[in-house]
Amino acid sequence: MDLYEYQAKDLFAAHDVPVLPGDVASTPAEAKAIAERFGQTVVVKAQVKTGGRGKAGGVKLAETPEETEAKAEAILGLDIKGHVVHRVLVTPASDIAEEYYFSFLLDRANRTFLAMASVEGGMDIEEVAATKPEALAKVPVDAIKGVDRAKADEIVAAAKFPAEVADQVADVIVKLWETFVAEDATLVEVNPLVRDPEGKIVALDGKVTLDENAAFRHPAHEALVDKQAEDPLEAKAKAKGLNYVKLDGQVGIIGNGAGLVMSTLDVVAYAGEKHNGVKPANFLDIGGGASAEVMANGLDIILHDPDVRSVFVNVFGGITACDAVANGIVAALGILGDEATKPLVVRLDGNNVEEGRRILAEANHPLVTVVDTMDNAADKAAELAAAGV
Amino acid sequence: MAIFITNDSKVIVQGMTGAEGTKHTKRMLASGTNIVGGVNPRKAGEKVDFDGNVLPVFGSVAEAMEATGADVTVIFVPPAFAKAAVIEAVDAGVGLAVVITEGIPVHDTAAFWAHAVATGNKTRIIGPNCPGLISPGQSNAGIIPANISGAGKIGLVSKSGTLTYQMMYELRDFGFSTAIGIGGDPIIGTTHIDALAAFEADPETAAIVMIGEIGGDAEERAAAYIKENVTKPVVGYVAGFTAPEGKTMGHAGAIVSGSAGTAQAKKEALEAAGVKVGKTPSETAALMREIMQSIG
Repeated sequence: MDLYEYQAKDLFAAHDVPVLPGDVASTPAEAKAIAERFGQTVVVKAQVKTGGRGKAGGVKLAETPEETEAKAEAILGLDIKGHVVHRVLVTPASDIAEEYYFSFLLDRANRTFLAMASVEGGMDIEEVAATKPEALAKVPVDAIKGVDRAKADEIVAAAKFPAEVADQVADVIVKLWETFVAEDATLVEVNPLVRDPEGKIVALDGKVTLDENAAFRHPAHEALVDKQAEDPLEAKAKAKGLNYVKLDGQVGIIGNGAGLVMSTLDVVAYAGEKHNGVKPANFLDIGGGASAEVMANGLDIILHDPDVRSVFVNVFGGITACDAVANGIVAALGILGDEATKPLVVRLDGNNVEEGRRILAEANHPLVTVVDTMDNAADKAAELAAAGV
Repeated sequence: MAIFITNDSKVIVQGMTGAEGTKHTKRMLASGTNIVGGVNPRKAGEKVDFDGNVLPVFGSVAEAMEATGADVTVIFVPPAFAKAAVIEAVDAGVGLAVVITEGIPVHDTAAFWAHAVATGNKTRIIGPNCPGLISPGQSNAGIIPANISGAGKIGLVSKSGTLTYQMMYELRDFGFSTAIGIGGDPIIGTTHIDALAAFEADPETAAIVMIGEIGGDAEERAAAYIKENVTKPVVGYVAGFTAPEGKTMGHAGAIVSGSAGTAQAKKEALEAAGVKVGKTPSETAALMREIMQSIG
């Protein structure tokens, strides 16, 4: 789960990483009130989970509360790369002497963590990595030893931070590591980390990604979920324990196993090229045990997606036998009754496939077409979706 | 032969008495795996009857190894306890630990991996979040259904469980030396490269299917490895061409971040290494079929 800047900074503050004060507003009037409280020039910053806010007009300076209100008015509702701004962070403007970059992240290739630091902060770090790789220090961090003061000094030296801030930066790095570990983060990024004219080091921006697998030991993280921004179908699926991602196509997809479902999306997209360019409408993995209830929950989500024109159920019977899956589909259609209105293409293979196909043939449901192979079933589902568009 | 598990493997199950552990211990036994016991400190000394196979429960992996000579452990314990379970297995010095558990926090996986490295890499770790591996007709350590395919000369390595099953099913008339699911988490113990190296060295494996998916750069690194080190024919498949940027697709590791981890980049890297890459699972199977027919 990616956090908003203001949430990331709240976590930083909780772990004693120096940040500027600030408050979040969802209306221009709230923004004005915050500016009045600060009584100085402020920065109004769009809260969106994507980069490039500044260029998109999502970060503005405001000298008075009235100007803050006007700037907030302009920023709220902006669409930045498909992310609509619902909140702005109002924070005192600060003078900047120097901008640096710092992050801790997962290093998948080396199966450990990595510290990345640069004295060339403030800009897109992927660009720094591409154009001036020598300016970006990458220091592996052992997951058990972690980052103590000595390790932080090593990182500071590798990135060649100026001597006058080395101590302070090392201190901040240790605290960012504490944040990274204590919050089960997979990314903690500060860009820019700044030195102000008084020589003080401050995290001016913050980006944090939390590991959802660790949610069981962080009950407080639940409150960080932005329910307002969640896709309603995704929220409904999550509440039912389903692994669902909304996409922008017309063919609803249900399958078992993440890899097979990803593969199904691809095969449907290829098939769609021949059928009006229809695309997969979603990712939905119902997992190994496709019970009637899970199948009904999955179908319920997908059939309530107004964009869906046809549904492709693609199941390989491994641990769950195909007869159980077929019974699940029949029962699910029974539970849904008149709510099931879109054609279903079903492809079953694997364990007990003959019995599974026999059950579906016997049920002879008017909406269900059984197709033998994944490629042919994808073609049929795409054809039906194109016909229904 | 086969890789990592054979007829000689003696398998214990950590979490054998839990719901998942019980279910899959039965299935592994039914497929002929030599399971010699389970581990649960709260039930040490008890015996569990699996349809006539009575297995002892030990208090620790070390005790189980001492009493049975076990060299493989399959781990089904819940995410919150998985780190301790793997570290226990590593400290006991078991040769192979297959971590089936899904949903382990990545800081925990990073910690048990670092522990395994720091103690000399004596235990091969497969997973986590994987279906395990099967050497058909010999041994089955994990949850891969044993009835999909028999023994043969194809080696299969995949991040995904169900795509493993699908590919085994499509190529069941040829059969497999070993099929191994390495897992869909961002940090995993055994990689595509480890499996490729083992298949290359295994005289019973004639050709290799490698299945990847979006996220990270493991497939790109595997492609570079194949180019330099693998002489046997390799056929590849990559899932997730249509996955949007920034969304996790089921597996914790299956995510395109910015321009990194795309299926297209992986496919191109594999093709540049001389690997034939199928557009769909069935096309991939057809490519392997041609190779197997030409090998004879």
